[in-house]
Amino acid sequence: MLTPESLAQIDRELTKYPADQRRSATMSALRIAQVEHRWLSNELIEFVANYIGIPPVAAYEVATFYNMFDRKPVGRHKLTVCTNLPCALSGGADAGKYLQQKLGIGYGETTADGRFTLMEGECMGACGYAPVMLVNNHSMCNHMTPEAIDKKLAELE
Amino acid sequence: MTVYVKGVVFEGVDFDDPNSWKLDAYVARGGYAALKKILQTGMTQDEIIAEMKTSSLRGRGGAGFPTGLKWSFMPRNFPGQKYLVCNTDEGEPGTFKDLDIIVNNPHALIEGMIIGGFAMGITVGYNYIHGEVFEAYERFEAALEEARAAGFLGDNILGTDFCFQLHGHHGYGAYICGEETALLESLEGKKGQPRFKPPFPASFGLYGKPTTINNTETFASVPYIIREGGQKFLELGKPNNGGTKLFSISGHVNRPGNYEIPLGTPFSELLEMAGGMRGGRKLKAVIPGGSSAPVLPADIMMDCTMDYDAIAKAGSMLGSGAVIVMDESVCMVKALERLSYFYFEESCGQCTPCREGTGWLYRVVHRIEHGQGRPEDLDLLLSVGANIAGRTICALGDAAVMPVQGMLKHFRAEFEHHIEHKNCLVRGY
Repeated sequence: MLTPESLAQIDRELTKYPADQRRSATMSALRIAQVEHRWLSNELIEFVANYIGIPPVAAYEVATFYNMFDRKPVGRHKLTVCTNLPCALSGGADAGKYLQQKLGIGYGETTADGRFTLMEGECMGACGYAPVMLVNNHSMCNHMTPEAIDKKLAELE
Repeated sequence: MTVYVKGVVFEGVDFDDPNSWKLDAYVARGGYAALKKILQTGMTQDEIIAEMKTSSLRGRGGAGFPTGLKWSFMPRNFPGQKYLVCNTDEGEPGTFKDLDIIVNNPHALIEGMIIGGFAMGITVGYNYIHGEVFEAYERFEAALEEARAAGFLGDNILGTDFCFQLHGHHGYGAYICGEETALLESLEGKKGQPRFKPPFPASFGLYGKPTTINNTETFASVPYIIREGGQKFLELGKPNNGGTKLFSISGHVNRPGNYEIPLGTPFSELLEMAGGMRGGRKLKAVIPGGSSAPVLPADIMMDCTMDYDAIAKAGSMLGSGAVIVMDESVCMVKALERLSYFYFEESCGQCTPCREGTGWLYRVVHRIEHGQGRPEDLDLLLSVGANIAGRTICALGDAAVMPVQGMLKHFRAEFEHHIEHKNCLVRGY
């Protein structure tokens, strides 16, 4: 279910931990699997668990606990905007509202064309750069004024 | 974002130079000199720990525990594997200092961890990095490669028989993993649910082995202390509050950012460095140490100095050094509603008082904010809070309660107005 490149990345993560502690790589392995498939189906979680050599339920526990894992399909670009207090004081909540209006969807929803999913996030540890928006879990965009949001959305096909 | 430099972690860093984080630049500004000093002059483990104690460095993650004392707890002669762990799971709302350290000066952290490993006789370390900052994780991994290639990290460091392996571990979105035993569980590939203490990590930590855990900024302060001496570091700050500290300033200031300044600097000066209040509006309140710290009104805050003891005396805590500044337009009910939602959302669900209580706090504050508050609600909030605090495995429960208590202590009239008039005294956030 995963490409040789993804498996090689998981293998590299496994080298960081003692040979009898392969479970430590579960989070990384699920992340790598999610990057390839965009979301984690139960089959994919089971595949990752078998690859690492842990019971599927152990991987499922991890996938359900950490909020950056997606267990249902998301759009091509998942946008997560922080609305926690420090960000809200500098326009974080407004950025979220602007995105909702612009995309015509609420938090947790996906646009009809499958292009964008919008999520409300908790503290990303970047409050000084507010408003902040995380694209596909891995790319942090700072100072997301309406103009900056327009520009970023245009770049994301 | 501004970063004002008057301290040890960012000494010599050029924030306009995209290569300033790299090994060559770090070595050029005195980097890895502390490690060389230790390995080439035969500085002993006891001498390093004594220097750390002299420095009066206190844990920069939030708890403020003396680092030298923590290092002395590690059973150095334990026969099996021991671990050193760095906590870069920075998710306390308002805090963004460790992100800047990893991005702009990762080798200071790496050198600090290698020194920590040497001082405590540890050969393997992990740095647990907050999920949302993947680019910082990649930066850290790149810096590790540089350190390995240069012989500062790995087997036989600088030609000696000292070996230390260090790896990055990327989180994936859970505030609770900033709690050190939840972090260890997560590092073991499990749900991040805190462990009962005792046993403490120094005797039963990662994989059940003795483990020392420090914050990113704490480790990044170590090279300076070894290179320049603990006494010099201490004198940068004030007694019992040694050194300089990074303060992350967010909210209604003109220049949000990280400011590295001596502990004991007056808050009023820090506010001035951050460009003063945005739009020239009046300061209303400050949360001085991350969202879990009780809020303090403007008049108290303007008389405070920024150090552990002064902020504690004023009735709050310095915490992680995250300073959330609020002007007169802020509705304290709405502000508390957002914070209470955060703790409700992030409770790991292990302990009933926290799992149920954080939701209860949020729902009551939510109904007050939305004009459905009842006269008895304020006493109810305090009562629910009293039944969470001190009754849970970890401090998340207390962290959810302290903002509620602080708000009701200093801004009770605003909550009463909401309940009585079903509307708000101010119109901003």
